[in-house]
Amino acid sequence: MTAVRFYGEPPPGIDQEWLPGRLIVIEGTDGVGRSTIISILKDYLEANGWGVVDSGLRRSPLVGPGIDQAKEGHTLDPITLNLFYATDFWDRFERIMLPALQAGMVVLADRYIFSLMARAIVRGAPREWLEQIYGFALIPDQVVYLDIDAEDLVLRVLERGFDFWESGGDYLHDRSIYDGFMQHQREQLREMSDMAQRYGWDVVDARGTIEQVFEDVRRAVMPTVEAMPRV
Amino acid sequence: MSTTTDFSHLPGRLIVVEGIDGSGKSTQLDLLHKWLRSEGYVTVFTEWNSSPIVRDTTKRGKRKQLLTPMSFSLVHAADFASRTHEQILPALQAGVIVLADRYVYTAFARDAARGVNRNWVRDLYSFAPPPNLALYFHVSLDESIRRIAAARAEIKFYEAGMDLSLSDDLQESFRLFQGRILEEYDTLCEEYDITRIDASQPLVSQQVRVRELVEPLLEGMPRREISNVPAHIQTGFASLAAGGGR
Repeated sequence: MTAVRFYGEPPPGIDQEWLPGRLIVIEGTDGVGRSTIISILKDYLEANGWGVVDSGLRRSPLVGPGIDQAKEGHTLDPITLNLFYATDFWDRFERIMLPALQAGMVVLADRYIFSLMARAIVRGAPREWLEQIYGFALIPDQVVYLDIDAEDLVLRVLERGFDFWESGGDYLHDRSIYDGFMQHQREQLREMSDMAQRYGWDVVDARGTIEQVFEDVRRAVMPTVEAMPRV
Repeated sequence: MSTTTDFSHLPGRLIVVEGIDGSGKSTQLDLLHKWLRSEGYVTVFTEWNSSPIVRDTTKRGKRKQLLTPMSFSLVHAADFASRTHEQILPALQAGVIVLADRYVYTAFARDAARGVNRNWVRDLYSFAPPPNLALYFHVSLDESIRRIAAARAEIKFYEAGMDLSLSDDLQESFRLFQGRILEEYDTLCEEYDITRIDASQPLVSQQVRVRELVEPLLEGMPRREISNVPAHIQTGFASLAAGGGR
């Protein structure tokens, strides 16, 4: 059972005190391999009899298309971009994560409010304001952080190509894409590892092979999952 | 854009109107807008829920009824943030007059009426510059319903608060929901420096009052040279200059 607790003011419409499911968040920066790990972990847990739902950023039916469109054509200011993401997050929480938790499933969240806060902080949005807004988020059962440094990260990203937003292109105008990427990711990684300490996350070294990283993640989450009923 | 930003140095003037649908606030703001333009003042007009970046998302949410109290609140804040960044702040920095049809108080009233935590909504909008003048057009529920019925055929789903399941009947839900919003506005008028205007008064006497309140704010605002041509032609020029109005 998961106690229903929030970081700040409880949002309206959630009456339960307990939820039978488990909320496990996989956090980590762009290109660190979160979605690969999540898809392997989902298969693994399902094969072992647990019901699993996954949810990643920008996939909400309400906001997903709008964010993609806005990011293509405009330079969004950090406050608007952040509120777009906050809407997307809430929509997915209410529509996908919460019902799954109510149904007693394992929810694997591909990022959570933390990435959204880190992105906005490095772009100059005030931390206090972000913490107030994201106070609506349910406190997860567990957060696993895929840890990497910018030097190792860039080698992976090179192969698939740089992304404008992941390189801070919207606010680091005078940099080359490589310098922009390194600076943006270093600052974002610093924010994330501060959070890892502050919130007490389980940190997994993401520099190894997929097999190694998966094994470390699996070992970290099993205590959270194992107490749940399975098929 | 930050919670700690000091807006007091901004040379422009921000004038906002508030009130429930059917209060006549948009008409009053429109009359004020035309008068200011005819006097040569440079004005920027912005209205609730109109950001080109966010509006389509809100529309989709409303059309498909995807919005809940929290996502309704957040998507409107995104719209407002985008207009603050692209319209309101630049105009205030340039030292001109900004006229806003609905402002943060609309969110404070509607979101609270939907059960969203009041402090949370205030924090959400803490990036908004405070207005120099906020006018609340107060109208009774019966009068607003009469005016809306006269002006258009149907009440919309979210306007009636149908997402809250207060009643299955659209009319009844509208009455209950707008009643809650009126109560919220009453509280807001005490909490903030908002001037109440009796919207049951004749249109012209309301406008006289509005101009009295606005006039002290106009000192030092830049004015365009108004050419010496007949008034009806001037008005035509003014609306051309402003892109033909809304």
